[in-house]
Amino acid sequence: MQPAPQPGQIELVCPAGNLPSLQAAVDNGADAVYFGFADDTNARHFPGLNFNTDTAARGVAYAHARGRKAFLAINTYPRPRIWPRWREAVDRGAELGVDALIVADFGLMEYARERHPQLALHLSVQGSATNQQALRFYTERFGIRRAVIPRVLSATQVGRLAAQSPVPLEVFGFGSLCIMAEGRCHLSSYLTGDSPNMSGVCSPAWAVRWEQNGAALEARLNGVLIDRYGTTDRASYPTLCKGRFEVDGHVFHALEEPTSLNTLQILPQLAQAGVRAIKIEGRQRSPAYVAQVARVWRQALDLLARSPQGYAARSDWMRALAALSEGSQTTLGAYHRPWQ
Amino acid sequence: MKISLGPLLYYWPRAAVFDFYERAAVSAADIVYLGETVCSKRRELGPEDWLAIARTLARAGKEVVLSTLVLIEAESELGVLRRCCDQDEFMVEANDVGAIQLLAQRGRPFVAGPAINNYNARSLALLQRSGLRRWVMPVELPGDVLRDIVSDLDAASLKGAVETETFAYGRLPLAYSARCFTARAHNLPKDQCEFRCLQHPQGIALKAQDGRALFTLNGIQTMSAAIQNLGSQWQALADRGVDVLRVSPETPDSLDVVTELAQAIREDRPAGSTDGADICNGYWTGAAGMLWNTTESA
Repeated sequence: MQPAPQPGQIELVCPAGNLPSLQAAVDNGADAVYFGFADDTNARHFPGLNFNTDTAARGVAYAHARGRKAFLAINTYPRPRIWPRWREAVDRGAELGVDALIVADFGLMEYARERHPQLALHLSVQGSATNQQALRFYTERFGIRRAVIPRVLSATQVGRLAAQSPVPLEVFGFGSLCIMAEGRCHLSSYLTGDSPNMSGVCSPAWAVRWEQNGAALEARLNGVLIDRYGTTDRASYPTLCKGRFEVDGHVFHALEEPTSLNTLQILPQLAQAGVRAIKIEGRQRSPAYVAQVARVWRQALDLLARSPQGYAARSDWMRALAALSEGSQTTLGAYHRPWQ
Repeated sequence: MKISLGPLLYYWPRAAVFDFYERAAVSAADIVYLGETVCSKRRELGPEDWLAIARTLARAGKEVVLSTLVLIEAESELGVLRRCCDQDEFMVEANDVGAIQLLAQRGRPFVAGPAINNYNARSLALLQRSGLRRWVMPVELPGDVLRDIVSDLDAASLKGAVETETFAYGRLPLAYSARCFTARAHNLPKDQCEFRCLQHPQGIALKAQDGRALFTLNGIQTMSAAIQNLGSQWQALADRGVDVLRVSPETPDSLDVVTELAQAIREDRPAGSTDGADICNGYWTGAAGMLWNTTESA
């Protein structure tokens, strides 16, 4: 069991797709866990994942008993007919005593603010705030206490934004890499009808089909060929922005390669910038995955706190995280300007 | 039913832009949106050029709206945005929440563009109190959801206060990234892109390995490969509460789409298709956006 974090340190926010993952995150050094209910009110609406009221209550109790926080993600966009379910999710979150709601929809934030003024709101990455004026809008209208920033800013831009932001910032540190501004990507619904904003999924599993075509293994999404693998290729889940496509006669990863974000190397820069929390992506991953990632990041954040000058990302950390990554490779993504 | 000309999403040479809007001035469009919404490095036209075009169009009787950049990251981009929100000659289409903040502070009426996430009437009502006059539906929103939203607006006595605009024609703007996919396709870094977008006045086609057209690369924006065309269904759109049909400029000939739509509206008949391009309408019917459904959903 890791000790509870010291105040002032960067907070480590870990994913919990189920109760064992939540416990693994807490046991391995997460300062906070985030979770969602088992429906489309959150952006990881995957089969077999997430919490009912009972498991949520146990999860929140587990975290609180150990001095950690629990955040509830209600970060998809409700339409009129289903609005009552989103409203009810907010009410349930308040009853559960979560430490914050992670929300994106204007209307839902207004509702939460009016009905549960004591409940902290964090702006979800789906709210797509990339500049100080957007952050001011959410802060002035809804009194958000924190904002999760889309994975589109360079490290320098994160620094500038943190300096001007009216609220503390949480940034993504590790996990699957969204290369589009979150909350403003409709690629998945264009191909499948299901989108992160409306359905809480991207490239949904129901639409995936693997087909052997001669020597080639084809990965399709709702019938659309996302990638084709030879016998020596390493096949990966057909996330639509990470397939190989033809542009101007060349077949390549025209949008992005199968890769994960890993910011261990620029952690001192992020700390210097005044970032308040690091978010680990991966509520769809296993408890073992969550445990390993949380352990590495706990060590890194503790080392940084002890020795800000002497910090360097250890090679065993980098190897451990690479082994857990998509395509076994990691990138700094948009934080590193040449990636863009 | 009014017709608008959406902001030009591609990067065209300066002369081509001036020519296009000269023709737009005598087109049947009621509303014209102007300005660069995709990439702040595209400077064939500066703010003064856009204002000059805006004034010409206004003199020709068009309602002119200045559209702001969608993805605002750099301080310089915020500066451009601030200047746009400071002028009070023309209404502004906010394409980022930051723009809404600046416009609301100034007490200026505004349009919320399709990249603003409005999925319910409560969100629209909140923005209406901040100055919203018109919203452009997120492109993925189905027609039956629109009907529910408009009915909720009606119940809140806001139906007359907020106009609804729908992306009726053009390649759909689907996503925005920090990465420039046009530069990547040319194997160039974004910071040395050599303005390659100028070579692709309709973007770059991205196909699956079996040749099926999927997306269109347009700088940091990813668009659909197919052209969404709701012209044949405009009466159903009107029934659901759409007030304005947006035609997104694809080529200079997109003004012919405006002409045909205007005529169809006058004659109260479905508009015909004016080109042989791949078309889609799936989003409107609640399906995958890329699909073409011939039967109108309820």
